[in-house]
Amino acid sequence: MQARYLPYVLIAPVSVFLGLFFLYPFYLVAQTAFYDGAGWSLKNFQEVTSYWKFPISFKNTLWLAAVVVPIQLALALLMATMVNAMKKGRDLVLYIWTIPLGISDLAAGIIWLAIFEQSGFLNSMMHGLGFIDRPTALISYQNPTLIFVAIALAEIWRATAIMLVILVAGIGLIPREYYEAAQVFGAGRWKQFLRITLPLLRPSLSTALVLRVILAFEVFAVVQALGGTLFPVLMSETYAYQFELLNGSAAAAVALIILGISIASTIVILRVLRVPKGATI
Amino acid sequence: MTMVSSAPRDPRRTGRYVYATAVFLLCAWVLGPLYLLFVNTLSSPEAVNSFPKTYVPEFNFESIEFFMEFAGMTGALWNSIQVATLTMIMSILVGAPAGYALSRFEFKGKETFRILILLTRAFPLPLLALPLAVLFIRTGLDDTIFGLALVHTTLAVPFAVLITFSLFSGIPMELEEAAWTLGCNRLTAFIKVVLPLILPGITASAIFAFVISWNEVFAAAVLTIENRTLTAFLLQNLDTSALHLKFAGGFILVVPALIFIFAVRKYLFAMWGIANR
Repeated sequence: MQARYLPYVLIAPVSVFLGLFFLYPFYLVAQTAFYDGAGWSLKNFQEVTSYWKFPISFKNTLWLAAVVVPIQLALALLMATMVNAMKKGRDLVLYIWTIPLGISDLAAGIIWLAIFEQSGFLNSMMHGLGFIDRPTALISYQNPTLIFVAIALAEIWRATAIMLVILVAGIGLIPREYYEAAQVFGAGRWKQFLRITLPLLRPSLSTALVLRVILAFEVFAVVQALGGTLFPVLMSETYAYQFELLNGSAAAAVALIILGISIASTIVILRVLRVPKGATI
Repeated sequence: MTMVSSAPRDPRRTGRYVYATAVFLLCAWVLGPLYLLFVNTLSSPEAVNSFPKTYVPEFNFESIEFFMEFAGMTGALWNSIQVATLTMIMSILVGAPAGYALSRFEFKGKETFRILILLTRAFPLPLLALPLAVLFIRTGLDDTIFGLALVHTTLAVPFAVLITFSLFSGIPMELEEAAWTLGCNRLTAFIKVVLPLILPGITASAIFAFVISWNEVFAAAVLTIENRTLTAFLLQNLDTSALHLKFAGGFILVVPALIFIFAVRKYLFAMWGIANR
């Protein structure tokens, strides 16, 4: 039995589990989305995409991901290489940098609300510096850019640590000898990073990116806490359809749209960062 | 190596200052917003709603006391801990073997399985709680710790598989093969050679599982009624509440997470220690 059946035995628990708690409910959701009461149709999709809020929430979701994820990737790579080169105090620094790992999106939204609300710390600071006399409402429909910035900052603050940990673990797996050899041949820090760290980090990079991009499309609680209805995203539309408009079919249709863009981006990331067969560290 | 270290002194020193400043700034970036939340939480409700703000807490516990006296708080906390611990255990037990299989074997359907795992993450999973709520009522799992932990494990298990896959891939197959020639079978080779190397990483992915469950709001709010978890409880009561209650709620969500990350920090660092082997 050994080598032939062992992999199937090992993946069996996950397969059964996901079959029961992912594929089956997913089938139920898809059924709801494509069913219009009489038969199969795209009526639910037409309904949600023709709603005036849809283009805005679609655009907001994609923009947020496009701004937040590259910044997080750069930040996480920077932090991971810094931790790797650290001699003193690395335990403390790594602890501090991974703190946001434990913080929920709901809590992160509340934390940044303390800064951006009308009587919050940003207004207090500007008042202290003499820029303003009275607190102004920062998060209002008049300041769409500021809402975007607040949400993006909260997301970058909260979710960079997830990538950091994956990248630190990945960098740790790169043999030291490669760097020593590079030093012997006179490669500087930057060249070592480009020629050794980045290529050998590809498996960790693709894992980190896939997780992060998909989570970025699912952004919800941070947006609810900071922007509320002022900054509609796809997930908040799903939520509104389900609980406020009590339209489960429309909610399922939006969910399938989120699924579509998530799959598309996952495929792109996996293709771009594919590790050639047979190549190992 | 010695040749390189004889490079000019000055740029190197400047580099070190830039490096130290960057580390400091990044630490401040993480800690600053947290500090401001603590200031707000440890101030009286009047101070929280006043303007301009002070940057030093008054160590007034009125906001917190008010919050803790909300009926059901402690029960919700205990529910959250139970659900998160169950999720952690189940997702590692179910996920790690699959991560090992993906990294070690070429088998038919491997790519399909890998895509399936990734697709799991590509769906707004909390939404699956809605059909599951109906299913759970039929099977008697509704409003139970175990039922919610099952859903949270569905959220956490793809992470566990992907992370353990990437970790196992980093351990050379040759190490295991060497153990086999020295009289180990697959299982003993795994326990004696691979497991010690991988344990810190496993712990790290267990942290993910715990934290995913601890922080999850949507499914928890849908699937529990009497046995609410902390996040669901907070969401339910924060919607219409005043600023000082929101901040106290955020604080109470954050503190256990801080303690938890602190408690397992050694394993995170041990994971880092792999680099020095």
